[in-house]
Amino acid sequence: MDAPHVSPSEEVGRDGNMKRILTAATVLLGFCLGGVSARGQVTPERLLESAKEPQNWLMYSGDYAGRRYSRLDQINTKNAASLVPKWAYQTMAGGKFETTSLVVDGVLYATGADDRAFALDARSGRPIWQYQRSLPPDIRPCCGRVNRGMAILGDKVFLGTLDAHVIALDTKTGNVAWDVGTSDYSKGYSITLAPLVINHLVLIGVSGGEYGIRGFIDAYDAATGARKWRFYTIPGPGEPGHETWEGDSWKIGGAPAWITGTYDPATNTTFWTTGNPSPSNRGQGREGDNLYSNSLLALDPDTGKLKWYFQFTKHDEHDYDATQVPVLVDDGDRRLIVQANRNGFFYVIDRSSGKLLSATPYGRVTWSNTKDASGVPIERKEASPTLTGVPVCPGAIGATNWMSPTYDPQTKLFYVTAREQCDIFSTAPQPYEAGHAFYGSAYFPNDDAQPFWGAVRALDPATSQIKWELKHLSPSWSGVLSTAGGLVFTGDAEGNFMALDAASGKILWHFQCGASVYASPMSYAIDGKQYVAVAAGATLFAFGLP
Amino acid sequence: MPALSTSQGAAAPFLGVVANRFRCPTRVTLLLTLIFGFAAVRALAQENNPYAGDAKIAKVGEYQFRLNCAFCHGLGARGGGRGPDLTRAQKRHGNSDAEMFHNIHDGIPGTAMPAATNGGIGVGMSDEEIWQVVTYLRSVQVKAPAQPAGNPEHGKELFHGALACSTCHMIERRGGRLGPDLSTVGASRSTEYLAESLRNPSRRLAQGIFEAMKEFPQEYESVLVVTADGTKLSGVVLNQDQFTLQMLDAREQLHLFEKDKLRSFEIRRESAMPVYDQKALSDKDLQDLLAYLFEVSGK
Repeated sequence: MDAPHVSPSEEVGRDGNMKRILTAATVLLGFCLGGVSARGQVTPERLLESAKEPQNWLMYSGDYAGRRYSRLDQINTKNAASLVPKWAYQTMAGGKFETTSLVVDGVLYATGADDRAFALDARSGRPIWQYQRSLPPDIRPCCGRVNRGMAILGDKVFLGTLDAHVIALDTKTGNVAWDVGTSDYSKGYSITLAPLVINHLVLIGVSGGEYGIRGFIDAYDAATGARKWRFYTIPGPGEPGHETWEGDSWKIGGAPAWITGTYDPATNTTFWTTGNPSPSNRGQGREGDNLYSNSLLALDPDTGKLKWYFQFTKHDEHDYDATQVPVLVDDGDRRLIVQANRNGFFYVIDRSSGKLLSATPYGRVTWSNTKDASGVPIERKEASPTLTGVPVCPGAIGATNWMSPTYDPQTKLFYVTAREQCDIFSTAPQPYEAGHAFYGSAYFPNDDAQPFWGAVRALDPATSQIKWELKHLSPSWSGVLSTAGGLVFTGDAEGNFMALDAASGKILWHFQCGASVYASPMSYAIDGKQYVAVAAGATLFAFGLP
Repeated sequence: MPALSTSQGAAAPFLGVVANRFRCPTRVTLLLTLIFGFAAVRALAQENNPYAGDAKIAKVGEYQFRLNCAFCHGLGARGGGRGPDLTRAQKRHGNSDAEMFHNIHDGIPGTAMPAATNGGIGVGMSDEEIWQVVTYLRSVQVKAPAQPAGNPEHGKELFHGALACSTCHMIERRGGRLGPDLSTVGASRSTEYLAESLRNPSRRLAQGIFEAMKEFPQEYESVLVVTADGTKLSGVVLNQDQFTLQMLDAREQLHLFEKDKLRSFEIRRESAMPVYDQKALSDKDLQDLLAYLFEVSGK
């Protein structure tokens, strides 16, 4: 669904119009809800109509379509060169800082390493409250003590924790409103993704593909924390798809759901993606397609019932998690989901049926050289890891990873952070032991190859062709934001945060943050001033015009 | 104190800092000593490898090593382009089981070796898994590594004299800095690797570590710069990003450039080091040089 067009005259920066729209919206909301909702609180209706309040950033990807596109245009191609840092907030935490902030009516909510959470004055960066969870010493997060952000509804913000709980914090105080366990952290379950609120439910998935978990997607009542449904991403005995697992391998088959899903209100369908089967790089012992690992799942958000699925990588042996935000794109009459997958293919899928329309490489791919009858790329036999190792592209980190892509409805281009790295995949047969790393293999850099590098690539979903590319010296872990100002924002591993011309990829501005950008940027406005915020190192930065 | 409770091993150095912050040194320090005293007792209990000599555990440790360590240290622990050969009996940062455990658990400050605890290497290693790796390393440890057969005294003369290695390389703080410091390279790289680096310097440049966020990887690429006023400079890249370039010219002068202000620059993945083929360096002299590198790294 394309949200209603907002012409530039209604954007922030033209104060009067904006305020009028907001006032009208608030009055309307108050009327509809009979005054139940306090003024200023986020309602399910506001989440549905997020396009009407571009000054706010109400969910992880900015909207239900997962576009990470801001309708603000005060910062644009003409003035981006003059951007300056407006404030910086230090979390004082080491490790990776992967958060995407939420902003609601001038208050910014974000998370930090070790399950920190905080609310700031979005104008000044001054804290309103700060929270940090007391974590058990023996948690097993696979890839850093990270968190990517929160969801918001009513008087609560929601986050998943490294000890696999879902908690609700009071938006005014940061006090814990409810706290529910989802699974046993000592077996390798953890949560790093930002939840997604649909209606009055908090949807969330789980990490742990490195530990032999059984993945799931859960929905919790936003008011009470009571679990409403669970969808296991690996079907149990008697369920369709169970036969795609050898023996008891389904019990420890992984398929975690560790990136935030998207939602199409027109069909009341939520789309979630899943990660690798376990052990990630060794297929022996789990013969079969291993459903629903590395898949796109279309679920009914009210019940968790599966409508359809599409599996990107069958019987994966290269850690090609499909955990990239599945972005909803409308191309004329076509209702699509597009995804630049970790396995190096750019997929275009019909989102009403799950039918694959095309799969085209957007980087160097050697793991597959054939497609099945329906056009799905299939693994080349020689790419299967061996004891001594075989070189395969993309490498274990993938052609991209969890960092968000963006879709800009103005340029009609999809922008993604890409990585060019091939690895040598070798097996290391390994028995399953609860809570212990369960890769079944190892990978090494291919030393004979050129050094790894990265790029931001602009892809045209209509043709799957690359329109332009901006090379990074080394691969970046930054996501990408597009804005109505004709800009694309992203960061690099050397610490630069940049504004690019969305049409050409030309760098218009940059700022050295002093640490790798390991997060996806977002944009918001307050008092008629637009900001762009991104995390780097231990610091959250906000940039704006002087 | 959730922030501290997750890093027991590193708690002690922070005591003073925390105490200062609370402005009540005695009581806070006492309290913290009580709290972290338990951690210290636990750490002491881990001085001894519970699996020492267990061949079965060594095999398990080999898998752990492949998962967590081989990326830098190579399959079989014989050293990759990034990390040292760990089969040597003499390890630069400690040879006892407890020291090896500590190095893996907490990392080695000032080097690319990260801590293995959550957020460090790979999926994070438990204490048990670290001991498995220590057991594995013991099982592959070469008791008396074959010393290069050459004459280290003559190797030293070559290094600082006829071969002019010291023009670009430093050993024990003597020499140049256009190439890597070689004071410890004899301990950290296999003799095969070193021989190849001499015979074919551009085959593998010194490799940067995995992610640029951890440390900037200096790879000693060659660079040719033409400044806005037409001055030509050649040398090695010290550090660069999308917008800036740091280089050392042939006289070790440091230059800091903004790339868009240069007329041109060209970075080549070729070593600035000359090729030492048979003509320039006989097999015998090569052995002497390796013997010197080996000997000096043991100091």
